[in-house]
Order: sequence, then structure tokens, then C-alpha cells
Amino acid sequence: MSVIIYDKVCKRFESSKGYAVDHVSAEIGEGEFITILGSSGCGKTTLLKLTNRLYDPDSGRIMVAGKDISSVDPVELRRSMGYVIQQVGLFPHMTIRDNITAIPALMKWDRKRIDDRADELLSLVGLEPSEFRDRYPHQLSGGQQQRVGLARALVLDPDIMLMDEPFGAIDAITRLNLQNELMRLHRELGKTILFVTHDINEAFKLGDRVMVMNEGRLLQFDEPHEIARHPADDFVSTLIESARSQEHFWTENEE
Amino acid sequence: MIEYFKRHPDKVIEPLLQHIELVLITLVISIAVTSVLTVIAMRSERVSRVMNNVLAVVYSVPSLALFALLIPVTGLGRTSAIFVLTLYNQYLLLRNFTTGLREADPAACEAAKGIGMTDMQILYKIRLPLARKAIFAGIRLAVVSTIGIGTIAAAINAGGLGVLLLEGLRTIHTAKILWGSILSAGLAIIINRLLKLVENRM
Ligand SMILES: Nc1ncnc2c1ncn2[C@@H]1O[C@H](COP(=O)(O)OP(=O)(O)OP(=O)(O)O)[C@@H](O)[C@H]1O
Ligand SMILES: [Mg+2]
Repeated sequence: MSVIIYDKVCKRFESSKGYAVDHVSAEIGEGEFITILGSSGCGKTTLLKLTNRLYDPDSGRIMVAGKDISSVDPVELRRSMGYVIQQVGLFPHMTIRDNITAIPALMKWDRKRIDDRADELLSLVGLEPSEFRDRYPHQLSGGQQQRVGLARALVLDPDIMLMDEPFGAIDAITRLNLQNELMRLHRELGKTILFVTHDINEAFKLGDRVMVMNEGRLLQFDEPHEIARHPADDFVSTLIESARSQEHFWTENEE
Repeated sequence: MIEYFKRHPDKVIEPLLQHIELVLITLVISIAVTSVLTVIAMRSERVSRVMNNVLAVVYSVPSLALFALLIPVTGLGRTSAIFVLTLYNQYLLLRNFTTGLREADPAACEAAKGIGMTDMQILYKIRLPLARKAIFAGIRLAVVSTIGIGTIAAAINAGGLGVLLLEGLRTIHTAKILWGSILSAGLAIIINRLLKLVENRM
């Protein structure tokens, strides 16, 4: 069963001429790991923000868990989905624990439950609770901050996770580790994940299926090997070619 | 001048205390009023702009004129003075409060919204703590400005250091003029310094 359905969704911003998201239609199944791939400005972030009503579409419809989200209270909707924003956006004046449990605190969970949940999530994202829970965001490296952003998004145990380039500013090795951990989390927790990236290797490695976007349009939405074998159009072919030509460097230079 | 203080210490100290009292009362009322206006202003960019423009116009009216205009409404005395001073402060405070709150770390605010905080929760839990420095700076400006403009309040019988200045000028009493100007300027400078110290530690 489809847990998210995009039905001819359009969004354009007053300041720009074209559509940021242009008649996107797609269905996402429960528990799928979907990656959204495309170059800068193609509408990836906008598509995610339409999904949790940070934006409302100009036309078209989005269904989540069988309900048209335009009739769902935005705050409720957002709490039912985890959201990792592109710029991490930790709260600089709060400790790591308070960052992770900001919403539970507003929901008046009791202290013990809040503390336990924070520790549990810190361990889950690979940060030692006793070492990190009382620190402030500026005392963490970029990669550690992104892990905390992930923990914060998981705090209410949402069925759907929206992740906007969560591993953006991270070195290759840490990135590889985080990717593997995220795949483990996906296997263990069985969540539906929408994961934005402009890195084709990341998109093809992580995604059960990949959405390829360009200039607001969804060009192709399929399993990685299908896209590689049958690119839908010239844009997708060029994308695949560029990834291949990079691969060549490594195969040619093998010992 | 020292001589004058030795002979009539009360004539110097009393206006000073009155002045400080006037400033404190004005400050408390001003902050309360601004807080309400800020919550309104944060809801809509347009309303905020209109409020700021109106207050900017009010702020540009010379204080003596504004005091005079109010006499038919609130009469002579401290109430009028506090009213006018509060009005002036709204410009300084509201501008600083709203800019501080608006410019609070956009990524943090967006994340807060994205994880499901309501607008009010974002305002109190995220924007307010992040804007505390700008807010405090606004309060400092308002205090210093109130100390200054407060001297003119003596013209409508509101007491304070302005009394020394006005009387001194009328009777050409150098000691009074000196005490009035030194105390009001000194008060403004010292308070500004102190608040600046606190601000830098925030
Ligand atoms: N709030 C906004 N106001 C006006 N235009 C916007 C706004 N947000 C995005 N846009 C425009 O919409 C288009 C899509 O932007 P979006 O942020 O979705 O791109 P993206 O694919 O996430 O890019 P990136 O990889 O750089 O993050 C861009 O042309 C952008 O300039
Ligand atoms: Mg983006």
C-alpha cells in the first residue's frame, strides 16, 4: 500500500519564473527507502517541504497514510514525520539532550522518560550519551551535529522520515559510516524514508528506488539498476555517464 | 558647586532619585507595552512595518512639543511624562525586539517549525532566547534615551534632574546648571557602560 501519494503536485514561487515543483506524481510504498536526486535548485527541498506542509502546493494533492494532507493540522502532520533539514539547524542555546527532546518536553513527557529517550537515541546514532548529552551544539563537529539532527527527527518514532541532504558537509569516510548506519536503521526500524541528495552514488547506494529530478520535474522514478540500464531521457543518461566516467578513473588505476 | 551641594544636599539628591524613579517606572511600563506589541508585530510583516513607521514619526516629534500636546489630555505632571517617555521608547524597543526575533538563527527556526513546534512555541522557545542580546541592547538604548529626554519632563512639572536645569537657567544659578547637566549626563554614561558590560556577557 502507498503511504505517500503525490498527485500532479505543483509549486511556484512568486520571485521565480518557472515551477520549483512541476506536476510531480509518484507513489511511495510503506517502508521504502526513496532517494531524491537532482542538481542544485531542481526542487528537491521544495518537494520535501510540500510533504510536511512547510509549503502548500499551488495545485495537485498529496496524500499521506490515506489522508489528503491539506486537511490535516500542519503541526500534527509534522510531528508524525521526522524532518532533518538541510542546514542541520540545531538549537544553539540548548544542550544536545534538550535539542533531541524539544518536542517531547513541549508534550509534557515526564523527566525520566525524556532522559531515557535522549540517551537511547544518542546511542542509536552512535554518540556516547554520557559524553554528549550535556554539550551544546557548537561543541560538536559537523558530522556529530548531523547525527544529533537525525536523533531529533527520530524522537517521536515517526513512520516517515524526511531527510534533506543530511550528510551534506561531511568527509567521505564519515559519510560512508553514516550511510551504512542509516541503512542499518532503516532495516531495523522499518521506516519509510525520503532522502534528498545531489550525489548520484549516494542516491543509488541508499535508495530502494530513486527519484531523478530536473527543473522541478520528476524525470524518472525507479530502482537504481533500472535507471542505470534504461535512462528515461538525455538528462538521466548524461547523469549516469558522468558517474560512470568517474568510476573509470578508479578501475583504470587499479593495481 | 561643591559648596552648593554641602549647603543643600537634598536639592541635588532628591531630583536625582526622582529622575531614577521616573526612568524605572517608564522602563517597566515600556517593556510591558512593547512585549504586547511585539507579539502582534511577529504575526505579520505588514502590521509590523506599519507600527514601526508610525512610531518612527512619533519619535521624530520634538519632545517638548509632544509634552505640550499632551497637557490637555493627561494634564501636567508625572503621568504625562511617563506616557510620552513610554511612547518614545516604543520606537527603540519594538524595532530592536522585532529585528532580534526575526533574525534569530533562521536554520534553527526552520528546523523548529519542521519538527512540529507551533508559531508561539518557536517564538518563546527559540527566537526569544536567541534574540536576548538584541532585546537587551534595545532596553539599554531606551534607558539612556529616557534619562536624556526625562530632563525635559521637568517642564511639565514631572520633577527629576530637569528641575535643577530649568531653575538654574531661569535664575542663572551656575551650580544648579552644572549639577543638573553633570548628573544627567553622568547617569546616562554610567548606566550605559554598566548595561553594555552585562550585554557583552550574554
Ligand atoms: N522560499 C523560496 N522563495 C523563492 N524561491 C524559492 C524558495 N525556495 C526555493 N526557491 C526556488 O525554487 C527552486 C527549487 O529550490 P529547492 O530549494 O527546492 O532546490 P534544491 O533542489 O533543494 O536545491 P539544493 O540542492 O541547492 O538544495 C530554486 O530555483 C529556488 O531558487
Ligand atoms: Mg535543497
